[in-house]
Amino acid sequence: MPSDSSLLSNTQLSKRIMALIGPFNKKGVALVPETSFAMDLDFDSLTVMDLVANIEDEFDMVLPLNMLPDLETIKDVTSAVENILGSK
Amino acid sequence: MSSDLFDKFQSVLDQHARLPKDAKDPFAVRMDEVHSQTEATINGKRTILVGTNNYMGMTFDEDALKAARDALDSFGTGTTGSRVLNGTYSIHKQLEATLADFYNTKYAMVFSTGYQANLGILSTLVGKDDYIIIDADSHASIYDGCALGTATLMRFKHNDAADLDKRLGRIPEGAGKLVVIETVYSMLGDKAPLAEIIKVTKKHGAYLAVDEAHSMGIYGKTGRGVVQEMGLEDSVDFIIGTFSKSVGTVGGFCVSNHPKFEILRLVCRPYMFTASLPPSVVASANSAINSLRHAHNLRGAIWESASHLHGALKDAGFNMGTSTAESPIIAICLKDMEMTVRFWSGLLERGVYVNMAVPPATPSGLNLLRCSVCAAHKPEQIETVIRTFLETAEGLGIKPSETHPVAEA
Ligand SMILES: Cc1ncc(COP(=O)(O)O)c(C=O)c1O
Repeated sequence: MPSDSSLLSNTQLSKRIMALIGPFNKKGVALVPETSFAMDLDFDSLTVMDLVANIEDEFDMVLPLNMLPDLETIKDVTSAVENILGSK
Repeated sequence: MSSDLFDKFQSVLDQHARLPKDAKDPFAVRMDEVHSQTEATINGKRTILVGTNNYMGMTFDEDALKAARDALDSFGTGTTGSRVLNGTYSIHKQLEATLADFYNTKYAMVFSTGYQANLGILSTLVGKDDYIIIDADSHASIYDGCALGTATLMRFKHNDAADLDKRLGRIPEGAGKLVVIETVYSMLGDKAPLAEIIKVTKKHGAYLAVDEAHSMGIYGKTGRGVVQEMGLEDSVDFIIGTFSKSVGTVGGFCVSNHPKFEILRLVCRPYMFTASLPPSVVASANSAINSLRHAHNLRGAIWESASHLHGALKDAGFNMGTSTAESPIIAICLKDMEMTVRFWSGLLERGVYVNMAVPPATPSGLNLLRCSVCAAHKPEQIETVIRTFLETAEGLGIKPSETHPVAEA
């Protein structure tokens, strides 16, 4: 991991987050920023929470579960992570 | 035309529609008559109950019944008011004194259900600048308490103190922190690694709240629960519990030694904005809690039945939720939802009631038949339950070893 993760570009972030989604993507859906967890990937809330845990570990950060209702797509998660890392 | 508000429930409707048609509906069980703590007539058939959470059999305890009848005659059927207005009777204060004495704490606060106790305590204790971190397999009431509050919510891997340690380490210096666990988890009946969790909690200066819903009465010298059994009472800040299991009625509570605990009565909305428990319930809870202290024989009986049931089903080849009987909750994990519904239905047709639990109510997407043993179960009843499990498997044309879930690739 780069020593200053806030310098990560949005595309790099997006790529790393997609890599984390991989193991949960049982249906093999092609991932784009607009992919929706509930509609496209059929993730239930428990799966999304497990994914959040892995994202927290990857970026050594807190991604509050309170934000879940607003995290519908990969793009939503990427910007949330970007914002939190940026304000660290 | 606006959209149908019920569209959002379509996936649940679909799941319900996929239940096998020749099986009984697991969500439409009706108890016609209740003969004792362990037997009822269900949909017209006399049935052994092994899925009630009535661990200590207090629902028909003679002293509790009498206390409830007396209170009904003296105080009427209900209080028609909040604890902070007209709903606190002398017996509510008596019950809180009994609880504080039972747990050897300074303070006790009674709620109208255990669900509301979690809702109230967890939404109130931590605020906007605080952090609440809960076990991933926590009961719905714990998740809902967090949702009602404003603290930052985090969760750690089930029963994993190292994972908790790592996540607590990411919380900013100086923030208020509350860790929430259950001592016995309701679905699989597995126990928390309490000593390890306490060590990590202390290391990070966090408070610890434990839900003893499924352990009160059963563990510890005087039945306080797992915290007492492990001798760790000085290290737990809040114990939350319910009267709907070992106490045999309904209600919830929180006990603590925090010097400012009493202020919660004036700031905790799920405590204030609901009617208090009816007098008969309060009186039977008070009586049952006093009985739990000395219920050594019942504790002996429940452990004997739980170990026997667990051992026999395990020996038969079933896939058990825990490798030994860690609690009176004995769970069997089946291959898929359809087999689980059929198995559950087959047990009921043969006169045995257990709980059926399927996702999303279960951890890790498990499909479970969940038994809960009662201290009042007779050895013959447990034998009948074991035999019925084997007969049901045979009736469905499967060997117990074939009921195991297939590991996903
Ligand atoms: C761990 C846990 N906490 C709290 C509750 C809620 O208890 P109550 O039935 O009193 O609302 C339950 C039971 O459903 C439970 O299993």
